[in-house]
Amino acid sequence: MIANIPYLTVAGLIIIGLYTLLFKKNLIKMVIGITILQSGVNLFLITLGYRMGSVAPIFTGNADNPVMSYPVPQALTLTSIVIGVAVLALMLSLVIHIYRHHGSLHVSKLGGDDQ
Amino acid sequence: MNIVDMLLTHAPALTIAIPLLGAFLTPLISRVSEKGRNIFAIIIVGITALFVFLMASEILANGPMTYVFGSTAATVQQSTVIRILFEVDALSIFMAIIGIILSFVAVVYSYAFMEKNTGLDKYYTLLLLMTTGMLGMMLTGDMFNFFVFLEITSIASAALVAFWTNKAKAVEAGFKYIVISTIGALFVLFAIALLYGQYDALNMAKIAQSLGISGFTFIDKIALVLFIAALAMKGGLAPMHMWLPDAYGQAPASISLLLIGATQASLYGLFRIVFTVYGEVISLPAISIGWILVLLGLITMLIGVIMAIIQTDFKRLIGYGAVAELGYMALAVGTGLTIVANADPNITLQTAPFAMKAITGGLFHVINDALDIGLLFLVAGAVYYATKETSLNKLGGLARNMKYTTIFFIIGLLAVSGLPPFNGFASKLLIYESTYQLNPILSIVAILSSILLLAIFVKVLHSVFLGPALPKYETVREVPKSMLLAMAVIAGIIIVFGLFPQVIVTNLVEPAANALVNNSGYLQWLTGGF
Amino acid sequence: MIEMMLETFETGTGYWHPLVWVTAFVIIFLIVYIIRGFGEKKYKKGTGQTQAFLSGNKEYDKQLMHVQSSNLYWGWTEALKWIIDVLKKMHTGNVSDYVLWFVVVMGILLLFVGLM
Repeated sequence: MIANIPYLTVAGLIIIGLYTLLFKKNLIKMVIGITILQSGVNLFLITLGYRMGSVAPIFTGNADNPVMSYPVPQALTLTSIVIGVAVLALMLSLVIHIYRHHGSLHVSKLGGDDQ
Repeated sequence: MNIVDMLLTHAPALTIAIPLLGAFLTPLISRVSEKGRNIFAIIIVGITALFVFLMASEILANGPMTYVFGSTAATVQQSTVIRILFEVDALSIFMAIIGIILSFVAVVYSYAFMEKNTGLDKYYTLLLLMTTGMLGMMLTGDMFNFFVFLEITSIASAALVAFWTNKAKAVEAGFKYIVISTIGALFVLFAIALLYGQYDALNMAKIAQSLGISGFTFIDKIALVLFIAALAMKGGLAPMHMWLPDAYGQAPASISLLLIGATQASLYGLFRIVFTVYGEVISLPAISIGWILVLLGLITMLIGVIMAIIQTDFKRLIGYGAVAELGYMALAVGTGLTIVANADPNITLQTAPFAMKAITGGLFHVINDALDIGLLFLVAGAVYYATKETSLNKLGGLARNMKYTTIFFIIGLLAVSGLPPFNGFASKLLIYESTYQLNPILSIVAILSSILLLAIFVKVLHSVFLGPALPKYETVREVPKSMLLAMAVIAGIIIVFGLFPQVIVTNLVEPAANALVNNSGYLQWLTGGF
Repeated sequence: MIEMMLETFETGTGYWHPLVWVTAFVIIFLIVYIIRGFGEKKYKKGTGQTQAFLSGNKEYDKQLMHVQSSNLYWGWTEALKWIIDVLKKMHTGNVSDYVLWFVVVMGILLLFVGLM
């Protein structure tokens, strides 16, 4: 059971992220929702690499505990986090521009070209 | 080893490296000379194009190329080596050719089109980054690498969609695009993680092989659904297409052109994952992924044309036209898949009648759509450049002053609505005839959408170029030569493809279709000593 | 190479040869052009022949004479109003709705594929 907690957290984070995106009307909150979604996916990646009782995958010459967690998911997660920061910065800068144009952050200010 | 062979060996890496390096050199050169920077960008894309065509000639003659970043041995001391592989087969190179043509035309067009803007060093940097990402998505053989390039393309193109930050709608479109792209990419990453957790591999060929051994587990199904939904959204299939007219309509015209390439790269990812990664299990009769694609394609075509007919903004209208065109590809490829899934088990994708024709038609339509819709976007950009107006209700009578632009628009209009003798007709004929074999209704809907596309663009022709000369457009002049050249390049390719479709199909499209349906070619590096 | 360019385009059940089509088109165009040459040559500029309305109605300003794009296909849009209204309502331009459509499609696909 205890081993499943990370996966439940992943599901929780993704659902919270999607909920925020669907039902929150403030653009900054939507950006936060995407960040939460991202954290969920990152947590899932990092959880995949864990092995029971493992240590960090660094060769220290200490042979007492040779079980290491997988390093690949950690590398992937780092890359994903870096990309996430870039996306976050871009989204927030666009939100700033939207605020300058409309004086509001309400999502219904966007679009409506076909109405 | 002479110099050409050496360049050829490293061509897959150089195709990515040159525009990436060029992107970050652009701001430096911009400090020296504005004009020099514009020419530098054209040269960089030109060199990349040379490498792409060099690779194309090699691959079409001698089969797939593999390029390894990292260890050349697959295992060291019985453990799998972590490395990234570029696996370039006929399909990848086919998509890369589309991407590089679009990119080249976009930089040539930008030379005059973006002239009066500021911040062009950023513009060219992002444009080259977008080219890098697009080509990377097409050439990579590694799942996570695909995700990284997907994000690079998304970030660069979202920033470019919002390039005219003084327009509120452009910024909004950019925001919507980055939100949609990020969510799509995150679900792709989630699906990659699911597959990685199952098979301990990120390489597409390796995963495909493991999937073939393990069968089709429930987690594989979930991953497949996530891939299809996310990449279909990035690829602009209805009902998740709504970001597309926003983004295409508000971006500068040269960027709209390049966005077509980015959208099709996502669609390529969808086909690659369905056919290659899930290739071992996809033709099991019980799994009708083909029908999903067919249904998405039908809805996309219908929604695209019906929404296009009521649009009053030039570029937004073309954006909906582009949505409709994307439907044809999903329809054709889905039909190919469905024919196999419905047939008895000993018929494979290669032997099933019309399955290959459908997939060939779908892939041929990918390149035709890129050219036709691209040409229309360039014309819309030219009209905007000359008149500073995109509303169809305010334009009129431009044919008097913009003769060449009008001719290019008529070529684009005839090609996009599938009239002979242009290229759209050849691929649509393939699609109509092969979808008819599956269900006549499919080809009826496809023909109906083509007719509506013709009606839509005839409306644009009338309201923008024909009619009495309006007094406020009396001073309008033809656009600069570099923009006309960019349009002429695309129009020329359209006419050549239209007059000699069999040459293109035999030499370029059929190898790509074979590479798509026959994943053993893609998997051969596993046994080929890598 | 030349031989390859002259090949017929095979489509599985049919075939298509663009060059033949273009040749036929050019020949028909020439015939039409010759027939056109036999027509009346009484067109005179600056007379009543060139007026927009033969009955002598006043010609409006150029701006007003141009049929705008939103007036085109009026009958079509009117007949299909029921579906166009539904689609317009669908395209809210609201990014939350875009995400909602994604979630809905993903849910349907999950049901569809999961039940197989």
